Amino acid sequence: MIELRALRKVFGDTVALEEIDLSVPAGEIHGIVGRSGAGKSTLIRCLTGLDSPTSGTVSIDGVDLTNRSGAGLREARRNIGMVFQHVNLLDSRTALHNVAQPLKIAGIGKAERLAKARELLDFVGLGDRVDNYPAQLSGGQKQRVGIARALAAEPKVLLCDEPTSALDASTTDQILGLIRSLRDRLGITVLIITHEMSVVREICDSVTLLADGRVAKTGKLAEVLSEPGSALAKDLVPLPPVGIDDSEGRLVEVSLAGTDLPTVLTAAQKAGVSAEAILAGAVETIEGRQIGRLRFTVGSAEQSNGLISALKADGIYAEEAA
Amino acid sequence: MNDPMWLDNPAITDQMWPAAVETLLMTAWSTGLAVLFGLPLGIWLFTASKGGLNSNQFVYRVLSFIVDVTRSIPFIILIIALIPFARFVVGSALGWQATVVSLTIGAIPFYARLVENSLREVSEGKVEAALMMGASNGQVIRQVYVPEAKPGLIGAATVTSVTLVSYTAMAGAVGGGGLGALAISYGYQRYQADTMIACIIVLVLIVTLIQFIGDRLARAVDHR
Ligand SMILES: Nc1ncnc2c1ncn2[C@@H]1O[C@H](COP(=O)(O)OP(=O)(O)OP(=O)(O)O)[C@@H](O)[C@H]1O
Ligand SMILES: [Mg+2]
Repeated sequence: MIELRALRKVFGDTVALEEIDLSVPAGEIHGIVGRSGAGKSTLIRCLTGLDSPTSGTVSIDGVDLTNRSGAGLREARRNIGMVFQHVNLLDSRTALHNVAQPLKIAGIGKAERLAKARELLDFVGLGDRVDNYPAQLSGGQKQRVGIARALAAEPKVLLCDEPTSALDASTTDQILGLIRSLRDRLGITVLIITHEMSVVREICDSVTLLADGRVAKTGKLAEVLSEPGSALAKDLVPLPPVGIDDSEGRLVEVSLAGTDLPTVLTAAQKAGVSAEAILAGAVETIEGRQIGRLRFTVGSAEQSNGLISALKADGIYAEEAA
Repeated sequence: MNDPMWLDNPAITDQMWPAAVETLLMTAWSTGLAVLFGLPLGIWLFTASKGGLNSNQFVYRVLSFIVDVTRSIPFIILIIALIPFARFVVGSALGWQATVVSLTIGAIPFYARLVENSLREVSEGKVEAALMMGASNGQVIRQVYVPEAKPGLIGAATVTSVTLVSYTAMAGAVGGGGLGALAISYGYQRYQADTMIACIIVLVLIVTLIQFIGDRLARAVDHR
């Protein structure tokens, strides 16, 4: 549904994107994550034709966006729904007219577009808010209006640029639930750009990590997460912060991917490290698999090397943490 | 010799009302025409400016130059310079109709600049959202910029209108009619302090009324 081939974007002498190959099948929810400056916004601008790539191709539903401009580009954009971090509703229009705007732009008659907008606002649970102006709505309600608007022209693809970054935790859950139900009910393909790992964990089927303008990792969520020692897995399942009081101490990080807690503890015992040495841990079940990490603290370099080799002997991934 | 004063003064009782009506007519007509021509000019300035929808440095510089030159000519001189043109348009260089021509030409660039600044206040995100819906530049202007900037555009028209009231008074000095002409010919040239004061009071009332209506209108369309 979404296909990027050898995408490259250069600003002056800054390479913002390089060799980006990505394909998202129909009906999938794909997350794009990466640090600030990794190229996430640039990627979405290239996807929508707001920026044109230096080289490479972007196609959505078989339509190549890279060689389109003017009316052709405007036509192609109607197949893409876009949800923004700051929602970008018109303050001068009611929720109903905001949702109807894409249809107005497409030249649909007033009665028809307002009926459709009413239906969509019902769908996102704001049937009683049609005549409210954005200023009269909460952040979460605004974003739901934004999503209803993105769906108005019945796009095949929904692009979300940090859709929940301005929302609190419970509102974020509501919005993510709504996006998931859209996929389930409408079969729409969703691309979500986010810096919140919790968003990826919640709703993504697959994920791409961008770093310095390149794809550092891409794949199904469960696969990416169960890869021991991967940076993305660490970001996705963060360990709770702990203060280290003992400057002499060494830290050893253990991945639970492909193993389980008792196995790890048994292996650690062999190196003379008990469960009391566990400083922090995080475990999650994603798509039926247990993934997570443990952090041990040990007294010396010999002890940490001993622990690591004992674990490795049992096929468990472990490394010294900084 | 004691001239009749205040409500016994025929300059006040007989001429004040028609003069006030003339001032109102001049202000209303020139505000209406300045908005009619200044709005598209302001939109053009804005779209041609850097980062605009149809950015064109050359067009922007030329338009800016014309606007700035017109704005920097003192109004009294602009009226005198425009006498031949006003005569051509309305067939007479005297009377309030001729003054409307000069007032409008003086006010168009003034309003256009204010329009440009109001449009600049509309957030980039709203424009990108519309472009993502497949909007053309014309649709972005009509459906995003103008409705979103409406409170600002109305405020700008109010400021223009108030400025035009004082311009009508200045135009009175060169036969432009209205309260300015009355104040000059009776209040100043015939030393009638009462006429002068009465003119000032009525001018202040007119300005207050315009400001009140303008604020009301701007608030009515502002849903932020
Ligand atoms: N218009 C531009 N001109 C020059 N450089 C740019 C431009 N836009 C982006 N860049 C550069 O491209 C790189 C990627 O930027 P981008 O905005 O895509 O990052 P991002 O992943 O969206 O970051 P953030 O999470 O902070 O939004 C950065 O190095 C940035 O400085
Ligand atoms: Mg960004």
